[in-house]
Amino acid sequence: MVCDVCHKNNATVHLTEIINGKVVEMHICQICAQVKADELNKHLNISGFLGGLADMVGGLPQERRVLKCPSCGFSYGDFKKKGRLGCGKCYETFRGLLLPLLKKIHSATIHTGKTPTSLDKKVSSQLKVTELHQRLRRAIQLEEYEEAAKLRDQIKELEKKEKKANSKKNV
Amino acid sequence: MFEYFLNNKDGWLNGKGPEAEIVFSSRIRLARNIANLPFPSRAASIQKREVLDKVREAYPQVNRLKNSTFVNMAELSALDSQFLLERHLISQEHAVASKEKGLIVSDNENISIMINEEDHLRSQVILSGFDLKKCWQILEEIDKDLEKKISFSFLSDLGYLTACPTNVGTALRASCMLHLPALTLTKRINKILELLTRISFTTRGLFGEGTQALGNFFQISNQVSLGLSETELIDNLIGVVNQVKAQEIDARNTLLKKHKISLEDSVWRALGILRNSRLISSREALSHLSVLCLGLDLGIIKNTDLSSKAKGREVINSLFIIIQPAHLQKIESKSLRERERDYIRAEILRKKLGGEDV
Repeated sequence: MVCDVCHKNNATVHLTEIINGKVVEMHICQICAQVKADELNKHLNISGFLGGLADMVGGLPQERRVLKCPSCGFSYGDFKKKGRLGCGKCYETFRGLLLPLLKKIHSATIHTGKTPTSLDKKVSSQLKVTELHQRLRRAIQLEEYEEAAKLRDQIKELEKKEKKANSKKNV
Repeated sequence: MFEYFLNNKDGWLNGKGPEAEIVFSSRIRLARNIANLPFPSRAASIQKREVLDKVREAYPQVNRLKNSTFVNMAELSALDSQFLLERHLISQEHAVASKEKGLIVSDNENISIMINEEDHLRSQVILSGFDLKKCWQILEEIDKDLEKKISFSFLSDLGYLTACPTNVGTALRASCMLHLPALTLTKRINKILELLTRISFTTRGLFGEGTQALGNFFQISNQVSLGLSETELIDNLIGVVNQVKAQEIDARNTLLKKHKISLEDSVWRALGILRNSRLISSREALSHLSVLCLGLDLGIIKNTDLSSKAKGREVINSLFIIIQPAHLQKIESKSLRERERDYIRAEILRKKLGGEDV
């Protein structure tokens, strides 16, 4: 059997691919198979992949493309190329561009996990309320009403505490 | 340190953890970056050295790291790095020689912290069996202790900031290493892998990112790190792993019921090859060890030194690691070419598995 790609060498690799929803059988030679494998690896390169994704969700005007992080000098173009950010400040600099990307990757844009213990207690209590709200929504979706009632009470409790703390401060 | 590790019987691969028959090991890692310093790929040498110094200064105060060692990666040979990679203590990226990379590793090898990998710190806890909650308990303690000494890059809405946006938020990746020979033999595995991807879980091979599924080992981990809390992420993975485990048990029962003779044939042939070969590649050895492991789990292997399950598992589990190229060279204390490795590998397998004419 002759290779379907180069039509020269003997086909020794037999592939089944799905192209545009159709199953296509291919019979190719060792050399063309290697080329195909390399192509595939290139596609699967995570940084390039992320960069491509960034482009897709960004739709960038020129001025945003040249936006640079004041702290490390990283540009959004650099991120697109490498798929990695330069420093923590980059997240603030490119926030508007990153949020749609984060939404695509994580289906969420708000952190609900732990916070460093050193951080202001208020921040953590606010975060806790956000997390509880999310858990409440999930519980309702899953029709776990007992759990939902518990969560609702916890949220009320926390909000009450916060109100008290704020009114004390105002006095 | 390396000789010590070679004889370590308390490590994550000893098969003594809970439900270790199918779930070989559980692992959780956290990525952390030090506030106000660029991430490693953007940092100058001097800044990376600052990271190394800060961590080196802080780690003796971490309760869980009382019995651990600091390693300067630049002082290791390529073989040493490969050895650590084979023991799952570092990643492929960290094994590539570069200055200002560090590693802290606990004596029992359950805890390791890579310094200046993709992020400033990558802390991991790896335990034998299905024990993700314990992993998290230990890792959370370590993180808390480190935070007393080091201030990490964090935003209240985006969480812990990481070099790659796929890790931001909790910066947590939990994974379980599953041995799924029956799902592979019954050809159900592809469907399961496809399903896992659809519900946002990643599967990788024996040695993590970019590696193939050797010896029927699959690492399942969470893909998402933002929007769910650490415990939710872990609970979700526990749920998924339980499902896959149930599928594997089901496939094992099917094999026993419908293909008992072929299964017994495969298992005894595997043992035959492992006990008698004179040259064997690690790929071939891994695949036979996997079948042998299955035979032991299902009580097919009888009347041999291996037939006590605990003993047999200990022997086989350790073989999965020590037949790797860097381990063979450490055992022999010299560099070996491929053919020499295949020879020594076969010799070790014969010896450990009670082959005749050793």
